[in-house]
Amino acid sequence: MISGAGKKRTRRVRKPRKKGAKGVWSIGDRIGLGIAWITGIFLCVVAFSVTIYLAVKGISYINLDVLTSRPEAGVEQSETGGFLDPMIGTVLLTVLGTAIAAPIGVGIAIWLTEYGRPASLARFVEAGVEMLVGAPSIALAIFGLLIFQTSFMAPFSFTAEGGAVFGRSFFAAGAIMSLIALPFVVGGTREALNSIPKHVREASFALGKDQASTIRRVLLPASRAGIATGTTLGMAQIIGETAVVVVLLGASLQLAPEGAIPVLDIFKGTGSTLTSYVYINSPAGEGKAPEKAYAAAFVLLLIVIALNVMVNQITKRGQHKWG
Amino acid sequence: MGIETTDDERGLSEAGVPPVRRIVVDGETPPVRVAHRIGNGASPGLDEPFAVEQDFEAVWVEERMRIESLGVRFGQKEAVKDVSLQVNSGEVLALIGPSGCGKTTLLRSLNKLVDLTPTAIRSGRILLDDEDTAYMDDTLLRKKVGMLFQQPNPFPMTIFDNVAYGLRERGSKRPGKKALEPIVVDALERAGLWDEVSDNLNHPALSLSGGQQQRLCIARSLAVRPEVLLLDEPCSALDPISTAIIEDTIVNLKDEIAIVIVTHNLQQAERIADKVAFMYLGDLVEYGPATQVFNAPMAERTKDYVRGDFG
Amino acid sequence: MPSLTLEATGIPEEVEAGDPTNRRVELMLGALASAVLLFIAGMIIFTLIKAWPSFANNGLAWFGAGGNVDQQLSDIFNSPADPADYVYELRAWPLIWSTILISGLSVVFATFIAVFSSIFIVHFAPTALQKLIEPVVKYLAAVPSVVYGLIGILVIVPWINNNLITEQMRASVAYVIQLDGSSVMAATMILTVMILPIMIALIVDSLRAVPLNWREGALALGVNKWRAVRTVSVRAIRPAIVAAAVLATARALGEAIMLAMVAGSIGFAPNPFDGILFLFEPSRPLAPSILDGEEGLSVVPFGETMYAFGFILIVSCVFFSFSGWAIRQSLSRYGIGAR
Repeated sequence: MISGAGKKRTRRVRKPRKKGAKGVWSIGDRIGLGIAWITGIFLCVVAFSVTIYLAVKGISYINLDVLTSRPEAGVEQSETGGFLDPMIGTVLLTVLGTAIAAPIGVGIAIWLTEYGRPASLARFVEAGVEMLVGAPSIALAIFGLLIFQTSFMAPFSFTAEGGAVFGRSFFAAGAIMSLIALPFVVGGTREALNSIPKHVREASFALGKDQASTIRRVLLPASRAGIATGTTLGMAQIIGETAVVVVLLGASLQLAPEGAIPVLDIFKGTGSTLTSYVYINSPAGEGKAPEKAYAAAFVLLLIVIALNVMVNQITKRGQHKWG
Repeated sequence: MGIETTDDERGLSEAGVPPVRRIVVDGETPPVRVAHRIGNGASPGLDEPFAVEQDFEAVWVEERMRIESLGVRFGQKEAVKDVSLQVNSGEVLALIGPSGCGKTTLLRSLNKLVDLTPTAIRSGRILLDDEDTAYMDDTLLRKKVGMLFQQPNPFPMTIFDNVAYGLRERGSKRPGKKALEPIVVDALERAGLWDEVSDNLNHPALSLSGGQQQRLCIARSLAVRPEVLLLDEPCSALDPISTAIIEDTIVNLKDEIAIVIVTHNLQQAERIADKVAFMYLGDLVEYGPATQVFNAPMAERTKDYVRGDFG
Repeated sequence: MPSLTLEATGIPEEVEAGDPTNRRVELMLGALASAVLLFIAGMIIFTLIKAWPSFANNGLAWFGAGGNVDQQLSDIFNSPADPADYVYELRAWPLIWSTILISGLSVVFATFIAVFSSIFIVHFAPTALQKLIEPVVKYLAAVPSVVYGLIGILVIVPWINNNLITEQMRASVAYVIQLDGSSVMAATMILTVMILPIMIALIVDSLRAVPLNWREGALALGVNKWRAVRTVSVRAIRPAIVAAAVLATARALGEAIMLAMVAGSIGFAPNPFDGILFLFEPSRPLAPSILDGEEGLSVVPFGETMYAFGFILIVSCVFFSFSGWAIRQSLSRYGIGAR
């Protein structure tokens, strides 16, 4: 009845310049709003220019050969090989770090939201997790070195003939990486657990289930999406981390397995990841192959974008509607 | 019928009321001069001629806002359908009706607050002093049409800063504290809060009780000197005593300001309203003097609602 | 409806609350959570123990200025093999100053940009733009620091070198340092972008948590939208802005890779009183100093010096993280804080 006419009329009404607007918006207000617009658009410009620049640079240097060949030492771009090993390294390290961080992180989150007794301890743990986010990764890395260089940790890395423990390996890097991913897993899980209303727990208790089985059978399945989001964010952190890799994975660009046991030897050995490959090949490192650094950085960026999209999908799909 | 009035004639300027616009008579909608007793809603109605009886006090009733076939839709949902109403100064207009009947939406259209909802589409016209509000700047309109919300919403500042807020943040020049003080005191007095807070103007507003907070919000609106005051169930979150105080305040204010109140509370509407509009599912079912709507409703629905059969 | 008891269904009743299994689960998880605290405590203590010789040999002068810090570091690195002859002398002020200068400037710029862009995102961006900016912010947060560093060293640094640094500037400091574009300015620019997303995330969250009530109240008084947001919303979330700035400071202090790539690896303390020139001077904060010295960690006195840097970093980051967390906690009591 009104629909058509109403729309038209509304539009007509919107057009003319409103009276008196000038006096209401002072110069300061206008400048402030202008700055807000500029900063908002600035963010977009930065993101797009970073992506487009790396895409242009990266795509022009990327080819199948670079993706499937191993890094070599060489003076010329053409001699330095590709970044197959760094890619494998990234995958290994991410898997290892996530595998350690996910169960621990979920456990901590469950304790914080479901038990959290005594309250003061819970507050401290919360603060502790928060501090891990802020802890400088370089400091974590050299602390990791301190731990893994002790003779107690010798099985996890290369031991020199004199008995000195090298302390650098996938194991060492993975362990410290797990600390970097941990806060994100804890955060994602907690958020999911907190969003489950109380009556769901009460319903489970009312059925005679105790707290432990309520957590296992009701709460954890219900917070899968949150756990997945947190873990994915943690993975993104591990993939993007460089300082830990440079310090704890050694500086060998190729995977250097250590020991005789297959598979485990790789974890015990040193290697590189895409991030350390970019760093070492940039002018800041040895600077042998900036073009390959661009290509690797582009691959890195693609992974980051993929993970971002994944997080969005998980959150979208996992949104529970609790009655 | 050209009635020329001055502010002095009405004895309002001494009460610190802003000079009311000269009555415009251009043939179409001449302002009507009526009298009714303040306080009990025994209004003779719009059409009755000016008459002063012994215990009646003369009040100027003149049109402030006119709503012409207003419609509001949120996406597909029609919240208000083709409503036409008048808002007069010197009167309290109560919008009643069951929940979700569009009263609040109608109220929020009057100061264009409904436009903050991105899906809202408005049709029809709302005139303030014969000026189409669609062409007015939102902020200028809202200065003239104040609003009070269901939940008291004082800002997290001191009592003084709350009342002075609207004056301080209205344009490029920020008045100093000295200039603001008389206005703040006056607003607090008119809202009936001055006696309670005169000693602690610098206390945080959030430390006041719910009823005091709501009166502070009234004072905050009054400080900007609005011509119309919209009240969205102002007492629903308050206890009976605070409610009574606020009702008194409203009745005292109506000589100066046109008041529109949305309420669920029929007794409250009966106590304070001069005009009542009953809405049902977005339609305006009945609109008339309070006595008539409550005692001799014309529509069946109104009868049921007023009797308490539904709602 | 007939009542259905557990017995009637024939399902054996499960363990009751207070059962030892449940208790064991609680204790296990509690121990796991406490391990985080132990880890942080252990990290601080062991790093301090490892770093102690460096602090002990220099005393408070460790934090002071004097001599050329790079020369001192190389002397430490070249210490004789005999533990008795280890060299420890270090005046770390240029590195500390560089850390303060670069992080401080970035946090100031980032706070400014973050506040305005958050207001824009929450209150003023058209819906389409808002839908674009939010993923963009998340994306900026996810870009690895080494990628920022790479762009810095291959794009920003050469640009500064070619366009902003004049020959006159180069000549004026030629006897001390060489200006090549790696500079405080490059570092600050990129670090600002890097810490922006976490600040925006926090500020946006708290802006959204400001009751609509307050803003509507202001609008209903005829205050324009910008003023309403500035004087009510932003005022109410001031503690959240401080918290965001503090947490961003922790992040900025710990950044190593990007700064190692663009700040210029020279232990030099740029002096803002020299005028605008200081922006173009290279320096090296603490975190990248550790990264640069990473290969020498096995040289005992040098390693101990690096752990000393690490200790300073950990302590300040823990301090900033904790303060930021505490401020946010106090905020959430009013329901405005970010979760």
